[in-house]
Amino acid sequence: METSKEIFLKGYRDGIPIGAGYFAVAFSLGIAAREYGFNAFQGFLASILTYASAGQYMGFALYATNTALIELIILTFIINARYILMGFALNQRMPEGTPLRTRVLVGSCITDEIFGITIARPGVPTPFYTFGALFAAVPLWALGTALGISMGIILPARVVSALSVALFGMFLAVIIPPARKDKAVGIAVFVSFACSLAAVKLPVISGLSQGNRTILLTVLLSALFAVLFPRTADGEKIEKGGARDAD
Amino acid sequence: MQTNIYLYIFVMAFSTWVMRVAASFIMRKPIKNMFIQSFLYYVPYVTLAVMTFPAIVEATGTPISGAAALIIGILAAWFGASLFKVAVFCCLTVFVLELFIH
Repeated sequence: METSKEIFLKGYRDGIPIGAGYFAVAFSLGIAAREYGFNAFQGFLASILTYASAGQYMGFALYATNTALIELIILTFIINARYILMGFALNQRMPEGTPLRTRVLVGSCITDEIFGITIARPGVPTPFYTFGALFAAVPLWALGTALGISMGIILPARVVSALSVALFGMFLAVIIPPARKDKAVGIAVFVSFACSLAAVKLPVISGLSQGNRTILLTVLLSALFAVLFPRTADGEKIEKGGARDAD
Repeated sequence: MQTNIYLYIFVMAFSTWVMRVAASFIMRKPIKNMFIQSFLYYVPYVTLAVMTFPAIVEATGTPISGAAALIIGILAAWFGASLFKVAVFCCLTVFVLELFIH
């Protein structure tokens, strides 16, 4: 049995590469934030409190156009709607009787990447793990934003270009190993790639923001695979007769 | 009148947090419905896959280096490289390729 401290440290270690990726992406976010009128301290504050990439980028842009707060709230809800789904997926893994405090603490740590590594861990999600990851990753996210604002022009474009794929590399590290183990996940990943490409090219749907395309495709495709290849929350196959076999 | 920037930051942060914890307030026990269980099982894979491609190809200086990073990343992850190593391989791929392309 691992102690809470060991789990926290495990989360912290797993959070470091995420933080490295965040740092790079935050740098480019910072460059944009500066254009939108944020100084380094304000960018740092926004990043350490919000830690949401696409949502923050949008928020900064909305501030620059002096959009009403109510619009900011609605658009933030829409662009971050995938966090609700991720919250459901994490809570689905927690047994009945889990205190609300625990559920809220785990939920508060949701980012695309921290969710990814948390759901990839077997067993019940714990706030010790998610906070470990959060403590490693989010300060780097905030630092990257502040540095992007204060010295964004200095870093060579090629370095920014290289660092910008770090996050995607992490996504691949989360989805590819299960895709190798479980054929249904493999098909889901491949079809998601294909549909995502199509969504960028096709009329109407390509006009949606990236966040909205993501949520639309997530709902449609997850529903499709739920019908084609039913699974329990832990990934056990559900046989036609109702019997389950742990694959 | 320009809204106070700090108010703006706090409203953005709070609205984002609400989305993170909404499910925690709604759900008290795991959902038994087979469709919902299956649906939630696929959500992370579909979301992360959709966010990765084609965005990775568009994120880099040239699409070729992004595409190469995608392939290298998939191969590295397939053969069991850690999160950190996969990320580093992807970055190095782009960095090295763009030395030649630019």
